[in-house]
Amino acid sequence: MYRPGRTASWSAGLTVLLVVVALGSAALGPVRIDPITVAMAALNAIAVPTGVSTGTTTVPGLGFSTTVPTLEFTGVFDFEVTGSHQLIVETIRLPRIALAATVGFSLAAAGTVMQGFFRNPLADPSIIGVSSGAAAGAVAAIAFPVLAPFSSVHLSAFVGALGTAFLVYGIATEGGRTPVATLLLAGVAIQAFLGALISYMLVHSGDDLRRAVVWMMGHLSNTTWGDVRFALPVALLGVFVLGAYARELNVLLLGEEDAHHLGVDVERTKLLLLALSSVITAAGVAVAGVIGFVGLVVPHIMRLIVGPDHRILLPTSALAGASFLVATDTIARIGPAEVPVGIVTAFVGAPFFLFLLVRREVHSL
Amino acid sequence: MTESPTPSDADAGERARENAVESATGTETESATAAETETATTALEPASIAVDGLSLSFGEVPVLENVSLSVEPGEFVGVVGPNGAGKTTLLRAISGALEPDAGTVAVDEVDVHGVSSRASSRLVAVVPQDTALSFAFPVRDVVEMGRHPHRSRFSSPTPADRAAVERALERTRTAKLADRPIDEISGGQRQRVVLARAIAQETPALLLDEPTASLDVNHQVETLELVRELVDSGRTAVAAIHDLDLAARYCDRLALLADGAVHDVGTPSSVLTTDALAEAFDATATVTTNPITGTETVTALPDATVRDSIATDVEDGSHDNEDTDNPRSTPARVHLIGTGTAAASVLSRLAAAELDLSVGPVTPGDAAEEAARRLTGESSSAGVETIRVDPFAPLSADARDELAARIAAADATVLADPALGGETGRVLELVASVERPVVVDTQRFADRSGASTGGEGTTSEAGAGKVARTRYEACRKRGIEVPPESVLEGVATALSESGRTERPSDAGLPAGGTISDDKGAPANADSAADGPTPPHESSDD
Repeated sequence: MYRPGRTASWSAGLTVLLVVVALGSAALGPVRIDPITVAMAALNAIAVPTGVSTGTTTVPGLGFSTTVPTLEFTGVFDFEVTGSHQLIVETIRLPRIALAATVGFSLAAAGTVMQGFFRNPLADPSIIGVSSGAAAGAVAAIAFPVLAPFSSVHLSAFVGALGTAFLVYGIATEGGRTPVATLLLAGVAIQAFLGALISYMLVHSGDDLRRAVVWMMGHLSNTTWGDVRFALPVALLGVFVLGAYARELNVLLLGEEDAHHLGVDVERTKLLLLALSSVITAAGVAVAGVIGFVGLVVPHIMRLIVGPDHRILLPTSALAGASFLVATDTIARIGPAEVPVGIVTAFVGAPFFLFLLVRREVHSL
Repeated sequence: MTESPTPSDADAGERARENAVESATGTETESATAAETETATTALEPASIAVDGLSLSFGEVPVLENVSLSVEPGEFVGVVGPNGAGKTTLLRAISGALEPDAGTVAVDEVDVHGVSSRASSRLVAVVPQDTALSFAFPVRDVVEMGRHPHRSRFSSPTPADRAAVERALERTRTAKLADRPIDEISGGQRQRVVLARAIAQETPALLLDEPTASLDVNHQVETLELVRELVDSGRTAVAAIHDLDLAARYCDRLALLADGAVHDVGTPSSVLTTDALAEAFDATATVTTNPITGTETVTALPDATVRDSIATDVEDGSHDNEDTDNPRSTPARVHLIGTGTAAASVLSRLAAAELDLSVGPVTPGDAAEEAARRLTGESSSAGVETIRVDPFAPLSADARDELAARIAAADATVLADPALGGETGRVLELVASVERPVVVDTQRFADRSGASTGGEGTTSEAGAGKVARTRYEACRKRGIEVPPESVLEGVATALSESGRTERPSDAGLPAGGTISDDKGAPANADSAADGPTPPHESSDD
């Protein structure tokens, strides 16, 4: 029988791991900073709102200004850290680490949900075309800024991702029912179509080719706190609500008719699960590009460790995904030349997954 | 729940009841007996199930047409019927999984299609025919899923939930498996786990779709015993059961479904009649009473095609044409010599083919004699002429003459394990005139009672036994030997051969031994294509 204490202790342990990995990551880079200094600089970066002021801001991508209330923040801690170290940690490394953690968190959670939803161990967050849609939107914005509906690459990718998800869902839905197999096939077909579209745009992208390809491989360079502010709330809220539906996910594994007999409103639950995982995936992919393998491998590994119950699997997968992406992104950026993180995740993740396969530890859900 | 409270009231009542159960069982240790477990679950009030005018189609294909069925609280109703009759569809419509085109289903006077799946899942638990359980959830967690409709979104399992799960595991004898992954236990064990899940759901009504389909005979009985117990302790159950004997044994009433409509509803003995089965299953079957359980037992016989082929053979012999549209005028005459269960079984099959039958000599009380008496008593049968003789007495001259006359008049003579004590030899002597007797041989001759050691032990017994044996072997050698279930094919062959002089085209029939498939009924193309029908096939759903 499910024990909430087990979920709590696993989650606490994985959170500690994430903090350790994050501090270790922040210590590494062209400039070596010892972990104690990193910890102090990180604490210095924590600020709490102490007041409200009004100012104008420009809405990104849409190009008009508006007046918004802005919170004023004041630092809580004041440890002694040299100015350059504080700057490196606070404005260069921490936002990047936070975004890596956020995206890993989202992708692993969405992958867990999709594998359960489709009762298919090959499912990953992009199975219904979310990543392809994001890539198409981003490449369009990079290669044809004039033609793309939104000049911001992030926004264009986000809209492309969600638009694709809704399109696939709409195609697969008939008479109020959405058969999972139809959804899968519609996703595959749309992905193939978008793949062709992306290839066409790349061929005609000229000088923007390199930028577009790097985006598509997944990258976390030049991350700002603004990216984190966009992706983190979406990820936390989305995974929280998905967690509330963990028991439904378990019951859905028995098949939709059994789930109905056990009191699950099947179609509504499916729509909710699909919409939420699409949104958190889209938010992650929009800011970080297409990062593969996190959403496929991490849920499998965690299923081996904690079992198939989504009440424990979902939070632990999300936290483990966060650590995994922070660690792989560290590898991606500390080498002599930075490589897109998507390359590293696949480079590390694929052999590990094959190792599990050969050991016959991954055979089904 | 006899009153219909608001959901929250129901919830509160349930919780209070479960807490009471918990405090009652909490003081008990693992030594809690079955009886105590019984009282713990009697808190459930069985629900009524009312199906009214239900029609449902898959696309253009109508599956259920105007089906009505009323199940009283605390009743166990079995849904029987041939494949494709709509049994599973009916259950799925009752559970709320399928929306009907017309008609209503009310469980405990609640329209299951008008309420949320959560509300209906508190009324009806379902044990489906197959459940996809190919992932490594421990058995206990699967049973815990039965508690889903009773729990709020963020709650952890309450003591009541845990108690309900443990009780369900106990009742289905799956407690020992509780920590094993569900994908590592056997199919029969899985079926019990799914039943445990339904029990943990604690609903007043239970639907089971072929709960015994994948089980061996031992677990079939065990499972239905458990369902019976659940019904007796306060649940209403409706089960699709393909095994008619088991359905008759455990259900209060049966609903016979055929072609998407209810053919008949009533007690097993009123529903399972030869005529009803013939209509619903398009099969020939005899219904007898199982001497051990005292409930109905259905024996399916080869299908109507073979039966018709026999009549056609006779017809062809007399009219010399292939006019199969013309219904048979005179049934073939068959005489049966045999005793015991083999002869009784053969007699039932022959009677089902509506042949003009005679049997004998038989002694009163013999299984064959009882079968003959029962068949004579049935309205649908023309009756079986029976030559009765006294046990252990020599064959009287009258009986001998009658037997000779019967054999002479018969179009075919069948021997089925004849064992008539010291008289066997004299009886078989009369068969010498039959060119091609049909021989059903289920027991070694020497093992038959009275074959070698006579009833009264006279000195001539051993010699008589030897003579009988020689004559019997001779019959076997020149006759057509068939297993009991293929006796109709054997008779068909014998009949077609007897008409050989008038139909030279059939000259190339097998010279002897077991009949071959495609020549069993040469006059009928359909049956020739079908080949022999395996026994009991039509009783399988």
